[in-house]
Amino acid sequence: MTQKEKKKYRLRENFHQAKWDEPIIFELHTPGERGILVTEAEPGVVEAVGNGISALPENMIRKQGPALPEVSQMRILKHYLRLSQQCLGADFNIDIGQGTCTMKYSPKIHKMLAASPKVTEIHPWQDESTIQGALEIMHKLDIFFREISGMSRFSLQPSSGSAAIFIMASMVHAFHTFHGEAEKRDEIITTIFSHPSDAAAAAVKGYKIITLYHDEDGLVSVDALKEALSDRTAALFITNPEDTGIFNPNIAEFTRLVHEAGGLCGYDQANANGILGITRAKEAGFDLCFFNLHKTFSSPHGCGGPASGALGVTDDLIDFLPVPLVDYEDEKYYLNYDIPHTIGKTRGFHGVFPVILKAYSWVMSLGRAWLKEAAQVAVLNNNYLLENIKKIRGAASPFAAGKHRIEQVRYTWEQLTQDTGVTTEDVTCRMADFGFHLWSSHHPFVVPQPFTIEPTESYSKDELDEYLEGLRTVVEEAYEDPEKVKHAPYRSVVHKIDHSTLDDPEKWAITWRAYLKKDGKDKKE
Amino acid sequence: MKKKDPFVHPYIPNSVPEVKTKMLEAVGVKDIEDLYEDIPEHLRFKRELNLPEALPSELDLKRHVEKILSKNKTCQESISFLGGGCWPHYVPAICDEINQRSEFLTAYAGEPYEDHGRFQALFEYQSLMAELVDMDIVNVPTYDWCQAASTSLRMAERITQRGEVLVADTVAPDRLLAIRNYCEPVVKVTLIKHCPETGLLDLDDLKAKMSKNIAGIYFENPSFLGFIESKGQVICDIAHESGALGIVGVDPISLGVLAPPSHYGADIVCGDVQPLGVHMNYGGALGGFIATRDEERFVMEYPSRLFGITKTSVDGEYGFGDVAYDRTSFGVRERGKEFVGTAAALWGITAGVYLSLMGPKGMKDLGQHILQKSQYAMKRLSEIEGVKTPRFASAHFKEFVVDFNDTKKSVSQINRLLLKQGIFGGKDLSLEFPDLGQCALYCVTEIHTNEDIDSLVNALTDCLTSKDE
Repeated sequence: MTQKEKKKYRLRENFHQAKWDEPIIFELHTPGERGILVTEAEPGVVEAVGNGISALPENMIRKQGPALPEVSQMRILKHYLRLSQQCLGADFNIDIGQGTCTMKYSPKIHKMLAASPKVTEIHPWQDESTIQGALEIMHKLDIFFREISGMSRFSLQPSSGSAAIFIMASMVHAFHTFHGEAEKRDEIITTIFSHPSDAAAAAVKGYKIITLYHDEDGLVSVDALKEALSDRTAALFITNPEDTGIFNPNIAEFTRLVHEAGGLCGYDQANANGILGITRAKEAGFDLCFFNLHKTFSSPHGCGGPASGALGVTDDLIDFLPVPLVDYEDEKYYLNYDIPHTIGKTRGFHGVFPVILKAYSWVMSLGRAWLKEAAQVAVLNNNYLLENIKKIRGAASPFAAGKHRIEQVRYTWEQLTQDTGVTTEDVTCRMADFGFHLWSSHHPFVVPQPFTIEPTESYSKDELDEYLEGLRTVVEEAYEDPEKVKHAPYRSVVHKIDHSTLDDPEKWAITWRAYLKKDGKDKKE
Repeated sequence: MKKKDPFVHPYIPNSVPEVKTKMLEAVGVKDIEDLYEDIPEHLRFKRELNLPEALPSELDLKRHVEKILSKNKTCQESISFLGGGCWPHYVPAICDEINQRSEFLTAYAGEPYEDHGRFQALFEYQSLMAELVDMDIVNVPTYDWCQAASTSLRMAERITQRGEVLVADTVAPDRLLAIRNYCEPVVKVTLIKHCPETGLLDLDDLKAKMSKNIAGIYFENPSFLGFIESKGQVICDIAHESGALGIVGVDPISLGVLAPPSHYGADIVCGDVQPLGVHMNYGGALGGFIATRDEERFVMEYPSRLFGITKTSVDGEYGFGDVAYDRTSFGVRERGKEFVGTAAALWGITAGVYLSLMGPKGMKDLGQHILQKSQYAMKRLSEIEGVKTPRFASAHFKEFVVDFNDTKKSVSQINRLLLKQGIFGGKDLSLEFPDLGQCALYCVTEIHTNEDIDSLVNALTDCLTSKDE
């Protein structure tokens, strides 16, 4: 490496996040100030109906207005802009430390397209003739997803990945009900390295959950699955690659065995980013699968939503999908409610259209060649990081030693913690001082002191190197001066948070009014 | 796959061939294919994906998508009277200004250190909604009203340890489908009839179906059909007498003028934040809220994130974090309460901005305007021969049922004719509420001018006398 190349990235030692010490909005209250005025009803209207309120039953009139703060408009703007600056969006940081979430670039042109009145000002019950554009996008995205997964039909109704899992559980239940086996088949099998919702959402539908654990390779063995299968098996819900980034090569054998036992197979494809155009749900034998459009398909995460899932099924399950589906006939797109054994609905209206539009745009901008390229580069980036992180003192990548991973890796700081007392949480806090985000992992921490990194295709080698430099620097500090790391962050928005009140019903404060009551300083007039 | 040029996609920096080579060397493989060694041959997808050619130029993509979207005719290009859970309200400029900020739009799951602003904005949303509904606890938003109502019922099941819920038969049809699917087979859903004249819940039917197995009763106020349920206190009292909970779905924009459900005995209140500063977006920008009292038995049954305010190591500094995280599925998988994941946080932040802007006076002014405008519309429409509105003899908020049974046309015929005049008529109720015959649900808000309403009246008068079908 030449000298010039070495200087292409530099750790941001002088980084400091914006810190405004911004009060809570209620503390800005000045009686009489107005944020916005409401247009008044025209004189003719008032003349005809009076004040409107007198038509209400007396007991339904609000006697005292809501105790909302009264704040002028520019002050409100400033307040929220300052809060936004105290938030580290993916557009600002090298957002590879939030493994399992596929933090990729969300193109700004998509935001612009979604802000068009042609998107924002349409109503879901408009006559189909006035909504052909929206329906066309939904229908075409369905067809793209059929090709990417090999499934026969997609519903874009799921509000998120977890919602898609719940719909899978609902469809599994409807399917077994149709075949007279719902009561007998009351178990859903999943794995510990599949998302918590694969277990939790299935349980909402009344299923008993069997969670399979990995062996020393990080994989669930065929024998473990066989042991769990029985005539009570309703389905298997599994990710692949799992959250370790390890692809289960026996997956077709898994689905074969589950089918043999009379169960269905649902594929949580939250981790699809590394396998687009490489391998598909259909060939692996799945009956249902779903993609997360806010992950693999680029829609931004919005502080935790809006999200969208796309749920695909084989021919045998189309009749159980939620209504409506979007169909095309006689050169017209239409909403098809004629789904014989539909589970009904899981969300109001037809799906999260702005997110669906962004996913459609992303597929169109990559097309047949670059979709696979995106997947491959994401995998290259991941293995590049793996190669380098393995060399960092105190870090390790459990399981499958010497093997490559797909799109992410679950690492451990176990050694670092043993050597220095510095935990994953401490490292994440210190990384914030350099402008990085690092996350631990989903619970339970099967891997001790875990962290999961998923670089996607969006980040340049220089950025990956900068992130690695951050990890190395924090680890160096941990070995030299562990207390320094343990008291971090220093240059983030706030300092070490006191979590002790958050689990105590006497002290937790989920709203400002509850805080004022519990903190004994009820300032309300 | 062969590509003719070293074409580098702007979204994939490391597709630069030299960089790729360098990285492959660092990893110690010759080809990216070698990294997929764990995927067996029989699972490898061998052919090229049958997808369209890429549109990697931003301008090409923009043209392509805009061309498709131009086939939509918007509510701004017409006069629309559609509502029913996705409502046209004025969206203040600052709402979009804030929710389009990259910091909020692209943040996700940062720690409460680097994402302090996200935690504070959502804590403030919870706090502002809490004032609106006059309760002490509000969640980080879930997907939508369907989910909020469904979860409220499952919370009631867990709180009371009872296996059946009662639901008013006037709730939104979509919502009823969602509730049924979310509750069954674990919780039985039983419908309660309404009074055909007033729309109000049939109290005799409620009493007859009440038992020690009922976890809660759910009704909406204003109802899906627009009328105001004035017997909320009686209904909640009946629930409480049997140890059940009163659960009320509410349109939050009504709460500047209407009494919040907590004032007439509701234990759990839910609804959608879309009317509070979020555009309609084809029904794709919803966010569900759930509110309760600050009691451990309620709080511990929420599946959602609940952000709490706390202290930090520095005196006077506010910090934030998750309250009772171990009740969630993130904490304990299937042993958690239902499930939690990415939902609708950005719309929660937006609703917070909206409520900050409106303040108590704005919410009252707006509520009053909507009452006046909708009452004016009902008055004008009922002057048309054969048209009867409101169909239910009760007070209404912003929606109302228009009865066309005495005209010679069906709602679908009428709406077709209105469409020709650039008007989106109200939602046809004939399929989902067959007992009503030919009725439609009309929505009138502050965005409608009296000219809009006059245009509707004229167009309706025309098409009811027209021979066209």
